[in-house]
Amino acid sequence: MNNPTIRNWLGFSTLALMLASLFMVFDYVPPDAEMGIAQLIFYYHVPLAWVAFASFGLVAIAGIFYLWLGDQLWDDLGYAAAETGMVFCTLMIVAGSIWAKPIWGTWWTWDSRLTMTFILWLMYGGYLMLRASADDTPQVARFGAVIGIVAAMDVPIVIVSVRLWRTIHPAVLVTKQGTHGLEDPRMIWTLMVSLTAFTLLWAWFLMLRFTQLRTRSRMGRLAGGIALATAAASDPK
Amino acid sequence: MGAHFGYLFAAYSIIFVAIFLYVMFIWRRQAALDAELRTLEARVAALTERSAAGGPSEPRSGA
Repeated sequence: MNNPTIRNWLGFSTLALMLASLFMVFDYVPPDAEMGIAQLIFYYHVPLAWVAFASFGLVAIAGIFYLWLGDQLWDDLGYAAAETGMVFCTLMIVAGSIWAKPIWGTWWTWDSRLTMTFILWLMYGGYLMLRASADDTPQVARFGAVIGIVAAMDVPIVIVSVRLWRTIHPAVLVTKQGTHGLEDPRMIWTLMVSLTAFTLLWAWFLMLRFTQLRTRSRMGRLAGGIALATAAASDPK
Repeated sequence: MGAHFGYLFAAYSIIFVAIFLYVMFIWRRQAALDAELRTLEARVAALTERSAAGGPSEPRSGA
């Protein structure tokens, strides 16, 4: 993951695809006949949800491996994934809220999917607060791994909530009839490009933050070694 | 473009501003890491120098 060429390539590809997705949203895809222009928020709201859920899934996987193997690498990966997931989850909620105002007439409602998403956001917010406020000890890392795993269990609940309970949140990608609600091929293409752009953006952010956290861990160990060596050299005996 | 263009514009603007701010955050973290690395390099250099000279102790920097 620590390859500057891959990171730069990923950065430029992400930028190109983000610009392409913007062009498609504002100039290519037709708006939904019922919702009008506000429906175009969907083309970023869904990819944001996808990368947020993928991030939280990765936190859980990294947490399991950390608890199993105890390798600092997995803790760094989980921390990086939780942070990027939180950024995308926050933006997903904000974008959804802005869409809801003209469509539902309110910024927020305690609908089942929205409530479960808010709980997910709170749990990973707690995870990040723990990591930011406590020292980087194995105990804190283990506690963080457990929170990350437990919180990720909410992701499938959020996904299926529109089919499990009565909800006003639209089920566009897989409707209750098992079909998708994108009737125009241009809608599918635009969504695919946006999904790819946000997946690359997520991978880029994750790579950057993971590399930084790995470097910080290594520097922490190096500083400990230097402190020991300094103490030994200063010992008068 | 439509009655709700303001909402559309606000949503996309917030997303791109937030992405830009997160990139800035990552950039600042990198600068902080580089500064920490320089401090460590200086401490290693001081330790190596003292070890080569066979001297007693380096000044404690506390870094």
